[in-house]
Amino acid sequence: MQMINQANIAAKPLLRIEDLHVHFPIREGMFTRQQATVKAVNGISFTLKRGDVFGLVGESGCGKTTLGRSVVGLSPVTSGDIFFNGQRIVGLSGKAAFERARRIQLIFQDPYSSLHPRKTVCDLVGVGLRLHGIAEGYEIDEKVLEMLKRVGFSIEHMYRYAHEFSGGQRQRIALARALILRPQLLILDEPTSALDVSVQAQILNLLKELQREFRLTYLFISHDLGVVRYMSNRIGVMYLGSMVEMGSTHDVFHKAQHPYTRVLLSSLPSLDPDTPHNGILLQGDPPTPIDPPPGCPFGPRCPEVRDRCKIEKPGLSQRGDDPHHLSACHFPHL
Amino acid sequence: MNADPLLKVNDLKVHFYTLRGVVHALERVAFHLNRQETLGLAGETGCGKSVTARSILRLIDPPGKIISGSIFFEGRDILAIDETEMRKLRGSEISMIMQEPKMSLNPVIRVGEQIAETLLIHDRSLNRKSARGQAVEMLAQLGIPDPARMARRYPHELSGGMSQRIMIAMMLVTRPKLLIADEPTSALDVTIQAQILDLMQTLVREIQTSVLMITHDLGVMAETCERVAVMYAGDMVEIGSVSSVLKNPQHPYTQGLLQTVPDKANPDQPLYSIKGSVPSLLEPQISCRFAPRCEYAMERCKKEIPPVYSLNGNHQAACFLHAGSQEAGTIR
Repeated sequence: MQMINQANIAAKPLLRIEDLHVHFPIREGMFTRQQATVKAVNGISFTLKRGDVFGLVGESGCGKTTLGRSVVGLSPVTSGDIFFNGQRIVGLSGKAAFERARRIQLIFQDPYSSLHPRKTVCDLVGVGLRLHGIAEGYEIDEKVLEMLKRVGFSIEHMYRYAHEFSGGQRQRIALARALILRPQLLILDEPTSALDVSVQAQILNLLKELQREFRLTYLFISHDLGVVRYMSNRIGVMYLGSMVEMGSTHDVFHKAQHPYTRVLLSSLPSLDPDTPHNGILLQGDPPTPIDPPPGCPFGPRCPEVRDRCKIEKPGLSQRGDDPHHLSACHFPHL
Repeated sequence: MNADPLLKVNDLKVHFYTLRGVVHALERVAFHLNRQETLGLAGETGCGKSVTARSILRLIDPPGKIISGSIFFEGRDILAIDETEMRKLRGSEISMIMQEPKMSLNPVIRVGEQIAETLLIHDRSLNRKSARGQAVEMLAQLGIPDPARMARRYPHELSGGMSQRIMIAMMLVTRPKLLIADEPTSALDVTIQAQILDLMQTLVREIQTSVLMITHDLGVMAETCERVAVMYAGDMVEIGSVSSVLKNPQHPYTQGLLQTVPDKANPDQPLYSIKGSVPSLLEPQISCRFAPRCEYAMERCKKEIPPVYSLNGNHQAACFLHAGSQEAGTIR
């Protein structure tokens, strides 16, 4: 019986998101009448297998952060479902939400605001152990030290305050704090965008090592395509609350189907000064997610827009021969 | 055509007197910028890129102080002229675009007025109406649809990309000879970044401005600059043409920096990372600043400040690995 259960669990995806919508009402005036709706996440579905590093890319305001936050219950879900290990984790409260926090941890972008300035590293990293009743007393200190050593610190750092550390070191403290609870899923929201490239390299290497060592699954949110390509085995591209393309890292980078993905890839400045840059320049700014237009969300800026795109919103589905490469475009590049 | 460089910075030294001690922000920064050239200034946070830019505009406020060195702009040492003269240069001859456009725009004045104001300050003969007209013209030149309407907007109504376009309009409307762009696209998304860089390059060519482009993004540098200078901890370590520096870096720091960029790295191998961290600038420079982190560090590197060696062409590097080459002195 036990064996069957184990096999079942292994085959099931770790995280399954089904038609997720996260909408925020905009209220104005004294008699808070709803004026409009920000559709931050507008119907997104995908699954994460155990051991996946799923890179979520898109420009600011596309809803990638909101999506990540809704998985840990920090953004209210309007409709749709999120399943973790086969269990529904939408709208949890009390003990169930507490348990979710142990299994799913979040790393924030800005390590300067995510660590309490008046607590020592030992308190910061050990607080989860105490709250969840995993360890107490001296045991906490031992576990904290073990974890700190793993991310590259030593005993002398244990009783220092967060402000004494640099950005890269702080991000390592945040990692230790998340991993000490032995979570299964780690949501990394732009974990290196506040750091310099040389420090970024150290953190990315550490993240890769830890992922293998603790058999973690990552939802890696970033706007940096280079970082996402290096880190992820699968990639999802978001635009204005919708997933426009999803597939293996190789396929998305080399066989991009959606015009937006192609624009995004071509906007990336090349390190080679001798190859002339022939990027596709987009017209206009990204539209706001407040009451997005009907039809394709990328339609108003798409260089290849046709009449059908303005009326009918394309769904995310298999367009070519590969069943794992999906895109949401009526006229994909195949 | 004048053969002299437009800007020549010699041995610039800037210190900040803080409660924790003297921060040696710039130790010896030297470079020149030719007319109609775009020079990139690369380096990581705290290496002194922005301090260099602010020194050129003489905007180093106490506790900071320019200790020594000279900055020649069109043959005049701007560290020696008086404040009235300097004010005439700022904005009309030398302009600067900041990283955060929203922070640099006045939130309660329409953007058209702000652009017109720049013109009025520098040209007393101009009346307000024609200044406004020129502002709208400038916006049209930037390819902004319906420029007259845009001119009546307030900064809070604009997106980040549009605010940066307004800043560019404001800085280029006086047709300055030198434009300093301090991380002009770091706060923007890649698709918007591509638009802004394209726009800047077109305008700079049109009005024949020289650009000092400060960025930590080596890709942006590769695309926009003709020459690149690399800074590390207040010291200039390498300078040369963009293709020779990026393709054939001669200083170990530049080599390391280029290798840490994940864009083309093999995902199956760990990324190259420069060990250690940036040194404290509280100590004066007595040796190579990079020596403690350098793979090739020799005894000599820990005792002496490496001079600048001339390599092939205009490529120069401050590293003892090139000790066989001819010394370029300190003026590059």
